Amino acid sequence: MKILVCVTSVPDTTTKIAFTDNNTKLNKAGVTFITGPYDDYALARAVELKEKLGASVTVLNVGGADAEPVIRKCLAIGADDAIRVNAEPTDAYFVAEQIAAIAKETNYDLILMGRESIDYNGGQVHGIVGEMLGMPSISPVMLLDINGDTASITREIEGGKESLEAKLPLVLGCQEPIAEWKIPNMRGIMTARTKPLRIVEPVSTQTLTAVGSYELPAPRGAVKMIKAEDAEMLIQLLRTEAKVI
Amino acid sequence: MSVLIFAELDEGKLKKSSQEAIFYGAKVAGMLGTSATAIVLGAADDSELALAGRFGAAKVLHATDTKLNEPNGMAYATVVAAAAQQEGTKVIVLAKSSLADAMTARLAGKLKAGLAANVIELPDLSTGFRVKSSIYTGKAFAYNDLKADIKILAIKKNTIVTEETEASATIENFTPTLNDADFVVNVKSTEKATGDILLPEADLVVSAGRGLKGPENWGIVEDLANALHAATACSKPVSDLDWRPHHEHVGQTGIKVSPNLYIAAGISGAIQHLAGVNSSKVIVVINKDPDAPFFKSADYGIVGDVFDVLPRLTKAAQAL
Ligand SMILES: Cc1cc2nc3c(=O)[nH]c(=O)nc-3n(C[C@H](O)[C@H](O)[C@H](O)COP(=O)(O)OP(=O)(O)OC[C@H]3O[C@@H](n4cnc5c(N)ncnc54)[C@H](O)[C@@H]3O)c2cc1C
Repeated sequence: MKILVCVTSVPDTTTKIAFTDNNTKLNKAGVTFITGPYDDYALARAVELKEKLGASVTVLNVGGADAEPVIRKCLAIGADDAIRVNAEPTDAYFVAEQIAAIAKETNYDLILMGRESIDYNGGQVHGIVGEMLGMPSISPVMLLDINGDTASITREIEGGKESLEAKLPLVLGCQEPIAEWKIPNMRGIMTARTKPLRIVEPVSTQTLTAVGSYELPAPRGAVKMIKAEDAEMLIQLLRTEAKVI
Repeated sequence: MSVLIFAELDEGKLKKSSQEAIFYGAKVAGMLGTSATAIVLGAADDSELALAGRFGAAKVLHATDTKLNEPNGMAYATVVAAAAQQEGTKVIVLAKSSLADAMTARLAGKLKAGLAANVIELPDLSTGFRVKSSIYTGKAFAYNDLKADIKILAIKKNTIVTEETEASATIENFTPTLNDADFVVNVKSTEKATGDILLPEADLVVSAGRGLKGPENWGIVEDLANALHAATACSKPVSDLDWRPHHEHVGQTGIKVSPNLYIAAGISGAIQHLAGVNSSKVIVVINKDPDAPFFKSADYGIVGDVFDVLPRLTKAAQAL
């Protein structure tokens, strides 16, 4: 079985977001980049399936050279090889087009990725890839088991979940608790250095969307504290002052 | 040319977020000098279709094939794409949701559309087609220029304040050709809380964290939620510990909510938690620790014990 895991390189979840160049670029100074937390779940499950079923795991990132530490970490966690499409991931359609182009070279049984990236939170790439490849796409996947050519899946829906079955190949957007995040061990880190990383140039595509500029939210006003003994006052204030109930 | 709105049903009822999408779509249609068409898939009462008209749709396309009664992102995308073609649509509007995400992506792939997710304002047409969206899980905004011929706007909850009018829509049956390849995923079983207010749809949310000490104490959270007609939510450790179901977990790696009121009880306010709730209009924090970081992001705060404060709030809310 061949598994492709698509990962994003995103600012650490504790990052205070700031912009530079007249609000047209993310200020990367002091920002630590990590594997997208949802992508990390997808990778962890892929590595578990590899151990259980003997699959090969390829990691794919669409990004610049600065994404390589994230790619190496995925290799250290247990992926066998990696591909980096050398381009800024400008929008979901562009990224999906790159992934589809790579996927067409090899018949992957599973294309896994996070349900969404935590920078743009679009949650669209898996579906567009599925459409481009003519494969079913399912998201957000909470549990995944493979039996022969069939996947058993639990997907979260609003207010609950559903159990699904589908034949491979599939494109899946993953989230917890599909697997526990994995931390690379020393041996993994050593072997990751020599695992193959192939760099390919992007397939050209037309620009469908572009970000003109960014903005930070206005700060919230000062907090109004209410004494615990006057807690009931809160309900009055929510009605008469905030007018939300 | 009309603006097409995908109007989602939940248990046969037009979702509140879809009412917002229709109202938003009708406003965009007005800006573009055209009309709004809503598309509804699966069984729905005439009153629900009429409701689409009262929020601004001039026409409602109703696709009634029974195969569409089960939500299916792939099949829905095929139907909405066919509707877009029939209507000559250049702008498609929908409310961001779990089902809409699955549908939108396939649709964007089919139509090679320019897509903006988490849109929070009406578009600015003065320099092309520019929309403001929420990014970095609510920590920032982007102004996106949509350059593709066909544009899809997935709007975030609470983007627009709706108004209901007496207007009525013409209702048309819509019978596109379905694609067998969209029905290959076999749904074995579905578990869904019925009758509860869906968290992503809720205007009011009562959320609780590890400060509640254990699942057996959730009664006081549910009581306040019931008194306010609010949905319940929780922090990540609470769902990790299985105190509450995963679909109630909010934050960076959970559901993102933007209700009018978010009450956080016994939640410390970690940055990953704030990321999923910071676009709430009003935030109330109840925590026994006066230094809990959440107070810095709150509009109202009470330093106190949740076991004392929540029941008192419930009583006060019941007395309203
Ligand atoms: C990559 C990543 C992603 C994450 N994603 C999420 C996410 O999506 N959502 C999320 O919530 N977290 C997320 N987290 C975890 C986050 O960092 C915090 O650990 C978590 O939010 C803490 O949950 P809590 O506030 O319930 O618990 P705690 O931090 O333990 O806080 C409990 C609070 O309750 C208060 N308290 C205790 N007893 C009482 C009482 N009797 N009365 C009143 N107050 C009381 C305490 O003062 C304390 O402030 C993520 C972490 C990482 C690393």
